[in-house]
Amino acid sequence: MHSIHLLIILAPLLAAVVVGFFGHRIGRAGSHWLTILAVGISFVLSSIVLYQLYWGGLEAENYKLYTWAISNEIAMEIGFLIDNLTALMIVVVSFVSLMVHIYTIGYMRDDPGYQRFFSYISLFTFSMLILVMSNNFLQLFFGWEAVGLFSYLLIGFWYQRESAILANLKAFLINRVGDFGFILGIAAIVMYTNSLDYVTVFANAENISSQNIEIFSGISWNAMSVICILLFIGAMGKSAQAPLHVWLPDSMEGPTPISALIHAATMVTAGIFMVARMSPLFEYSETALSVVLVVGSFTAFFMGLLGVVQNDIKRLIAYSTLSQLGYMTVALGVSAYSVAIFHLMTHAFFKALLFLAAGSVIIAMHHEQDIRNMGGLKKYMPLTYFTALAGSLALIGFPGTSGFFSKDIIIEAVKHSHWMGQGIIYWISYLSVLLGVFVTALYTFRMFFLVFHGEEHMDRKTKKDLHESPPVITIPLILLAIPSLIAGWVTIETVLFNNYFEGAIFVTGLHNSLQGLASEFTGSFNFLLHSLKSSPVFYLSISGVATSWFFYIQRPDIRGMISLKLSGLRNLLINKYYFDDLWVKGFAAGGRQVGYFLWKKGDELIIDGLIVNGIANNIRQLALILRNIQTGFLYHYAFIMIIGLTFILGWLLWYR
Amino acid sequence: MSIGLHHYLILSAVLFTLSIAGIFINRRNLILLLMCIEIMLLSVNFNFIAFSRYLGDEAGQIFVFFILTVAAAEAAIGLGILVVLFRNLKSINVQNLDSMKG
Repeated sequence: MHSIHLLIILAPLLAAVVVGFFGHRIGRAGSHWLTILAVGISFVLSSIVLYQLYWGGLEAENYKLYTWAISNEIAMEIGFLIDNLTALMIVVVSFVSLMVHIYTIGYMRDDPGYQRFFSYISLFTFSMLILVMSNNFLQLFFGWEAVGLFSYLLIGFWYQRESAILANLKAFLINRVGDFGFILGIAAIVMYTNSLDYVTVFANAENISSQNIEIFSGISWNAMSVICILLFIGAMGKSAQAPLHVWLPDSMEGPTPISALIHAATMVTAGIFMVARMSPLFEYSETALSVVLVVGSFTAFFMGLLGVVQNDIKRLIAYSTLSQLGYMTVALGVSAYSVAIFHLMTHAFFKALLFLAAGSVIIAMHHEQDIRNMGGLKKYMPLTYFTALAGSLALIGFPGTSGFFSKDIIIEAVKHSHWMGQGIIYWISYLSVLLGVFVTALYTFRMFFLVFHGEEHMDRKTKKDLHESPPVITIPLILLAIPSLIAGWVTIETVLFNNYFEGAIFVTGLHNSLQGLASEFTGSFNFLLHSLKSSPVFYLSISGVATSWFFYIQRPDIRGMISLKLSGLRNLLINKYYFDDLWVKGFAAGGRQVGYFLWKKGDELIIDGLIVNGIANNIRQLALILRNIQTGFLYHYAFIMIIGLTFILGWLLWYR
Repeated sequence: MSIGLHHYLILSAVLFTLSIAGIFINRRNLILLLMCIEIMLLSVNFNFIAFSRYLGDEAGQIFVFFILTVAAAEAAIGLGILVVLFRNLKSINVQNLDSMKG
């Protein structure tokens, strides 16, 4: 099995290296065949791993492959932890990656950077796989930074566009903020346990949680809360949780396959995965879990709301991604880690699908991304239409689709998480996730109706050659639409209620918000019926669809009136709650101001002016005074010599 | 009144002081300066001889010969330098010799 694990990781890496260095020699077709083959190998082998772990009865494996260095008894190793959680992740990652690879053939057909693109996405796949398969913090951090790097490279793939360069810089810098917290968290873990290995660290979790740490003297915090919150700051950066979310919408400057693979399906879920992996730590800190819950709820509801006013099709889906990541974070916050991973999986399918469908629309519209200039595409692009419909239904949680199961369970988990008491946090998060459903349906179908239904707003030239995309684009869409629709139905029992994550995810009995659900659960169909009867989720999403249908299909005329009435709210939303301003004009510009101040005052005035040139000038002034002593006349020197001699002799005679 | 050791020493001190005064009161002639240095050496010689006699040790008088020899050589070198200096500067005025001024 070990060689299989290694091959899963190395296949994309080797393909990427070959394509990266010899891409022009092996040509475009060679490049895409090689990388697709490699990722295909990864996918097949990952599926084998999953199969053998779950049905083949193989035990979870945790072994080290190579010791890189040992420093002060801290071993820095490369190793794999292959359990059910990892297996699920690598299947999802390699599957979505494979679909995106195939799709890219069509999407990037005319791009001069074709080979480079394939090399990057293969490298990204490699990094993501190494991240999820890691058995220690060092390797996790390596994968974490590597996916960040490829995200940066791919957002700025069209490096001649200024907006793309700004966007990738922003993504990189904001991720640094998160990574700073993350590495501090890892450092704190090493400080307490003297180890980077997951198993050792988890075994010490109880020990850590009984200690206190004093960062500022006089204020004492629980060590585990500090560690978990620091780790979660890392997750906030990578998984784009408010207020570190601002890079994700901007990252849509990258090519659409990237948006689907990195900024929707895989990389942004790394934070969710990490927190789930660290569940044995997070379980010991209710403070950290509350922080996770609040951040998640805020992101889930308020970022979804921003989707309502977006007009760029990709940005709209990006805000939806933020909101869905918020849902996953909420699930983490109520200790329903398995549900978070479940939603991560279903979301990977339907969000990748939506992005790829959006990409298909964008190609057909000749790189027009404004949904106000689209409309009525249904009859021109039937395959894209139906797959996008599948993705949208899954996103809003239409009963039976994968999104329905995952989202509904999240809401149920929040509802049952009474361990924090029925305090304000509980109600905020519960209301956020409930209202979030309505908002999700509203913006999703706003996009859907504006793009595929209603009046045709595009210009005549575009309209003339509107046509369905080629099979390399539509086949991945169909292949993703299938799991988007059925993955929830067929896997919910396996993943959530069958102890699937036993040994991988740890939940203390008190926090177990799924326990009640598990006892009630009697199959997917009954769950469906039950939630239709008892939970408001379905009705909220239907009313969201109905609202958008009313405003965008039935009575488009009254929209203007409403937006006038609510112009204050609308401005707030269009300005994205001023978070961008906070970061760009606040921190970034503030940083530049500080830098300018330090340059002008600190460097030029104090260091250059006062210290470097100042000392030189002072010595020069002193020398100008002192040179007057040197008259050059012999008798002056002789006189001074005599005087000196007299004094020294006198001193020797009388005082010694 | 017999002439004792202290008379010689006083004479020597007077000569020494005169020569020092000569060195830095004289601002004109470089030759005078050289002569003052010679006098300084002679005053030291006086001391040597006086103590030699007083202590009955001839080594002091032998030293005087050495010093006289060295002084003669020094005077010769000094005068030689003086000639070269004069050729270059057309002057042996001490106040013109300020090229060491900072």
